Amino acid sequence: MGMTMTQKILAAHAGLEKVEAGQLIMANLDLVLGNDVTSPVAINEFNKAGFDSVFDKKKVTMVMDHFTPNKDIKAATQCKQCRDFCGHYDIENYFDVGDMGVEHALLPEKGLVVTGDLVIGADSHTCTYGALGAFSTGVGSTDMCAGMATGKAWFKVPSALKFNLTGKLNKYVSSKDVILHIIGMIGVDGALYKSMEFSGDGLKNLTVEDRLCMANMAIEAGGKNGIFAVDEKTIEFIEARSNKPYTIYEADEDAEYDEVYNIDLSKIKPTVAFPHLPENAKTFDEFGEIKIDQVVIGSCTNGRIEDLRAASEIFKDKKVANGVRCIVIPATQKIWTQAMDEGLFKIFMNAGCAVSTPTCGPCLGGHMGILAKGERAVATTNRNFVGRMGHPESEVYLASPVVAAASAITGKISQPSEVM
Amino acid sequence: MKALGKVHKYGDNVDTDVIIPARYLNTTDHKELAAHCMEDIDLDFINKVKDGDIMVAEANFGCGSSREHAPIALKESGISCVIAKTFARIFYRNSINIGLPIIECAEASEKIESGDEVEIDFDTGLITNKTKNETYQGQPFPEFLINIINQNGLLNSLK
Ligand code: SF4
Repeated sequence: MGMTMTQKILAAHAGLEKVEAGQLIMANLDLVLGNDVTSPVAINEFNKAGFDSVFDKKKVTMVMDHFTPNKDIKAATQCKQCRDFCGHYDIENYFDVGDMGVEHALLPEKGLVVTGDLVIGADSHTCTYGALGAFSTGVGSTDMCAGMATGKAWFKVPSALKFNLTGKLNKYVSSKDVILHIIGMIGVDGALYKSMEFSGDGLKNLTVEDRLCMANMAIEAGGKNGIFAVDEKTIEFIEARSNKPYTIYEADEDAEYDEVYNIDLSKIKPTVAFPHLPENAKTFDEFGEIKIDQVVIGSCTNGRIEDLRAASEIFKDKKVANGVRCIVIPATQKIWTQAMDEGLFKIFMNAGCAVSTPTCGPCLGGHMGILAKGERAVATTNRNFVGRMGHPESEVYLASPVVAAASAITGKISQPSEVM
Repeated sequence: MKALGKVHKYGDNVDTDVIIPARYLNTTDHKELAAHCMEDIDLDFINKVKDGDIMVAEANFGCGSSREHAPIALKESGISCVIAKTFARIFYRNSINIGLPIIECAEASEKIESGDEVEIDFDTGLITNKTKNETYQGQPFPEFLINIINQNGLLNSLK
């Protein structure tokens, strides 16, 4: 029996010829990530356990993104703890206000993750880097702590679901719609403990940014990781950003999958996930008028330059509806500069949007756009749980950047065809 | 190792945002976290939970964010074990890593009700419902993980 792509990466990092689903292994890590919420817990544990060094200071990274620029004294204290720790252990890949970005947009951009890497991050959306053909998965702070100290983590080898992509997306349909469709189809625990492996002919029609958005949401189907087969686009992307050596792993011909799904990209329609689970995916023929109060365009899912370009195309010469607040959050400093240089901010500002410095901000109900009781938001983020963006009785609808922009213009959940 | 206590029961997809809402994540203080545990779906939880109590839920418990604050808040609130049909994987490993035992058992998840008194034997995976006089067979942990739990977490087991 052959191995999946994920199993091959795990085997290689555990020093084993072969692994099988269900096997418990210890694997070597290429990168350990933490943010301003999860790192402090890991640092406390690190100190309590009496560790006095990190396994490799180039392979540990911390990104201050959730509550930064510091939203209050407690958040400031947490960031300071991370800053001090990284200073003390000489960790150069520490990113703070001025050079930070939302972690999962930042790491690929900085070339810190390459094809074939094994990455753990104390953040559930660490699965994003699967877009680059790496195995990456979210863990907790204790794993992060142990990873920083020993360079290793335990894993249960996952089985896999295969998604065979064909065809090409239609205009105003994005990879966000594809992943919302998939989560709607298999459910929020449809990939529980499993890998989601994406391959097929349709891959060539998806940019690396498209894939980052899809791999990002593997966790919303319960997946351990999402991973994309590697092609020229992947290699071009990483070679432009990194000089780290990389290894391409391919699934064996006879790899076993728990299930194979065929997804024709040309059949995907604009999709919105209704409160309070990402699996509540609906297309526009399945719901009526839903008035909204706020729109958020940003996050590790859809805060990349392609997303901002797509949204700006909709906003051009149009205005945000009366009574709607629209907040645009470029995911990194680099994306921010690019958007500025390309004149996108002018379009957003003319339309009546607010543009923020990079931060997770409202995505997790941290700051910069919290919802009041009874309010509704359309967001390009990845979670719409109870209370995710503010009051427990507020609502979040997940959508693509163009749907979010069109909704901001009409004041109700809308597809681009309604305003273009 | 065993746990014995009264049950607090919840449904499917109890996510880490309701176990401990993100607005409280600007602290790592265990007591402060526990004070807000479950409040978005059960404001009263923290008043009624007693040391040693057991939480029972249905599918995909602990889905969502990787915040270890979630199992920490549960453990600090007094919960001695969580039983569910299935767990989200990051929550599963976080619980083991901090020494909060959790056990998968579909039958227990279906039959146990709030207020039942339940005992769990972690070595055998046997769950006894003392109120209803029933037993259910849960999945015992593999040895690799028993080791971590017996040493009260991953970091102790590395020493
Ligand atoms: S943008 Fe949202 S989902 Fe992404 S890392 Fe930040 S809080 Fe998490």
